[in-house]
Amino acid sequence: MSKLVKLKKGFDIKLVGKAEKKIEAFQPAQTFAIKPTDFVGMQRPKVIVKEGDTVKAGTPILFDKKLESVLYAAPFSGEVVEIKRGEKRKLLEIKIMADKEISYEEFDKFSETDLKSLTKEQATAALLKGGVWPQIIQRPYGIVANPEDDPKAIFISGFDSHPLAPDYGVLLKGQEKYFQAGLNILKKLTSGKVHLNLDQDSEVSPVYAGAQGVEVNKFSGPHPAGNVGVQIHHISPINKGELAWTVNPYGVVQMGKLFIDGVYDASKVVAITGSEAKKAVYTKTYQGACVDKWVVDNTKSDHVRVVSGNVLTGEKINHDGYLGYYDHQITLLPEGDYFEFMGWAKPTSTKLSFHRALGLLSFLSPNKEFALDTNARGEARAFVQTGVFEQVTPMDIFPVYLIKAIMAEDFDEMEELGIYEIIEEDLALCEFVDVSKHPVQDIVRKGIELIQYS
Amino acid sequence: MKFLRDLLDKQKPLFQKGGKFENLYYLYEAGETFMFSPNHTTGIKGTQVKDAIDLKRMMITVVVALLPCLLFGIYNVGEQHYLAVGEAVGFGEKFLLGLKLVLPIVIVAYAAGGIAEAVFAVIRKHPINEGFLVTGMLIPLVVPASMPLWQVALATIFAVVIAKEVFGGTGMNILNVAMTARAFLYFAYPAQISGDQVWTYLGEKTAVDGFSGATALSIAYSAGQSGESVTSALASHNSAIGDQLYSFANMFFGFIPGSIGETSALMCLIGALILIATGVGSWKIIVSGFAGTYIMGLIMNIFAANEFMAMPAHYHLVMGGVAFGIVFMATDPVSAAQTERGKWLYGLLIGFLTVIIRVTNPAYPEGIMLAVLLMNVFAPLIDYYVVKANKKRRLQRATV
Repeated sequence: MSKLVKLKKGFDIKLVGKAEKKIEAFQPAQTFAIKPTDFVGMQRPKVIVKEGDTVKAGTPILFDKKLESVLYAAPFSGEVVEIKRGEKRKLLEIKIMADKEISYEEFDKFSETDLKSLTKEQATAALLKGGVWPQIIQRPYGIVANPEDDPKAIFISGFDSHPLAPDYGVLLKGQEKYFQAGLNILKKLTSGKVHLNLDQDSEVSPVYAGAQGVEVNKFSGPHPAGNVGVQIHHISPINKGELAWTVNPYGVVQMGKLFIDGVYDASKVVAITGSEAKKAVYTKTYQGACVDKWVVDNTKSDHVRVVSGNVLTGEKINHDGYLGYYDHQITLLPEGDYFEFMGWAKPTSTKLSFHRALGLLSFLSPNKEFALDTNARGEARAFVQTGVFEQVTPMDIFPVYLIKAIMAEDFDEMEELGIYEIIEEDLALCEFVDVSKHPVQDIVRKGIELIQYS
Repeated sequence: MKFLRDLLDKQKPLFQKGGKFENLYYLYEAGETFMFSPNHTTGIKGTQVKDAIDLKRMMITVVVALLPCLLFGIYNVGEQHYLAVGEAVGFGEKFLLGLKLVLPIVIVAYAAGGIAEAVFAVIRKHPINEGFLVTGMLIPLVVPASMPLWQVALATIFAVVIAKEVFGGTGMNILNVAMTARAFLYFAYPAQISGDQVWTYLGEKTAVDGFSGATALSIAYSAGQSGESVTSALASHNSAIGDQLYSFANMFFGFIPGSIGETSALMCLIGALILIATGVGSWKIIVSGFAGTYIMGLIMNIFAANEFMAMPAHYHLVMGGVAFGIVFMATDPVSAAQTERGKWLYGLLIGFLTVIIRVTNPAYPEGIMLAVLLMNVFAPLIDYYVVKANKKRRLQRATV
């Protein structure tokens, strides 16, 4: 049964710098990188290539010794120029100097009738070999799925409700055929249903309009309505011992391309967003692209933070850093490393707040777009304010109690309070609105790891 | 403000690790962050921008919500004084007298508590707790103007140390800090905070004939003992000094003897509006607190074993410290129930208990103090059951 879920709780962070709906060409990136750190829960990454090797798009680069069957592929063809390690030889980046022309590894192509008769085992093998398996994320824990599992269902969130999020209609324009092929493959991987969850409040993008063989559910409400974790909670919550998989629509398309065209196609459209972007537009590139070309000459000041992803769950990267594996957006923000005289008492209408405490006037202009900087706006304290986390978490979960259970490393409490249902992004808004400035997402990941490895 | 920033930057190394005053770092930090919001930026991973609120702003909102009570309290101290000694003076003089009496109490509370905070911050090496901004204002408002300053100081230090700092500071305490200070005074120095003689400042002067100085609650209580109807007892006090001193309107507006900030239900309501509009105080606790008081008042009316019990239920809302206690004490986010459902029950029970203690406790007609403290202790239990219900839902779902 398809569902319509109306969510009231949550908060839309309206920011200046939404990407204009046009695709603009920047200078192509010269280097690409795979960052093992993008894959949450990857424990012992092992590099297959050496510096100086040449690779094609789709050549395996890396795998996790804990899950050896899953291969991570090169997004672009070229020469492996650097394998960068950090402290304790932690693997950080594998950089590829791009060829002028992209060349692809060749994989098996399937016709439509082939696709129909494909078994789960064949599909899995092809996905693994073709390097697209990491697009499948397992819940609980939010880690790359284990191909040997049988998930109770697969969930696809068809929209992104994060601040300044890109429009999937632009990202996936013209990919209907591949999207449907991807869905057909996914259906083989689960004994349950494949759920496609769409935004009730906006037009259905053409790429989803003809989607067949899947359960379509609609969601309406403020962020985090687009979070797949919130959607799962309302469609078919995850209990202890259950497994569900989630895939981003981009991943579905990538799977479709692998089966229909027989290539590992890592091309993607990325939104360049944020108040510091001179040109906030979409651009075509590939997974793991170096962001320098979009940042240089495209920022309004010198003191800019580049974030791969959105402002709630993204990661700060260098100005010549690399786009995160799962990201379709970079955000350019003003750095906020300044002191502000009486900043805690001064009335302000330029800073966004979910609260309305004295002098916080942003609630007076609910539709205004704000240009926020990265100032932390206060110091860390113990939990004081109550009830606010619940207002931004549209799930039957008590976030404060869950966070406290994690801090106390109380495993039973964590389980009973719903640790299996969330990953960092689901409580990211709590981190934003928190008066006491707790690192909520870090705490959530710590809790997940405690449960996962216990 | 650059010179100030430069000055702070110049002093900073002295207080940082290896500096001369390394131990006093948190004192420096308190001053610095008071004047300048820090230049900290968000971390590498996670939320890259933050909501504009911080704890300091939240706490100062409560202080602002308390200002109507404070200002009216200052005026009323003067008003009651001149009423008692039978002199007719202007607004300015009443206010000035009130200021002369109340300001030292406020200063002493802030100073004594501030020192206790600072000592703990230095020894325990934690930042100075902003919660004290509120506590330091609440304590003066729940004592009579005649309270000796040393007792104010002692009670404040007791409350800050025993009710808060030993638990780890703001956010970790179990009991409402200001209510603990008042309870301390009540049990340690009952002569200065109960009876009929402490609520009105007389100074060197003598009171006019017929002056009793009693609070509305104690009149109601003795009426209950003697079998006179409470409303007529209040009315007969009216005639003794001033016109209609204990009329319902006077009790609502607050022109009656009592603790400095507690007498005016109207000012408490203005404070409540500020707290609710800003979302700093829980409207659920405020609404259910008043509702609980009124409902239990009605229940008492049904039994009406004595005249106090028969008193019209709405009188409970304007007498004594109920309004102040519900609006500013019960809503303390740390010691109150923390779940949204729990808040309803928590407020309701505070209202119930307040009235029960009022009409049945022979020693002390004011019930809100004990009701809030008692419910502070039970709040985690209420939350426990609310959270347990959530866990149960989750478990039941698993078997389906």
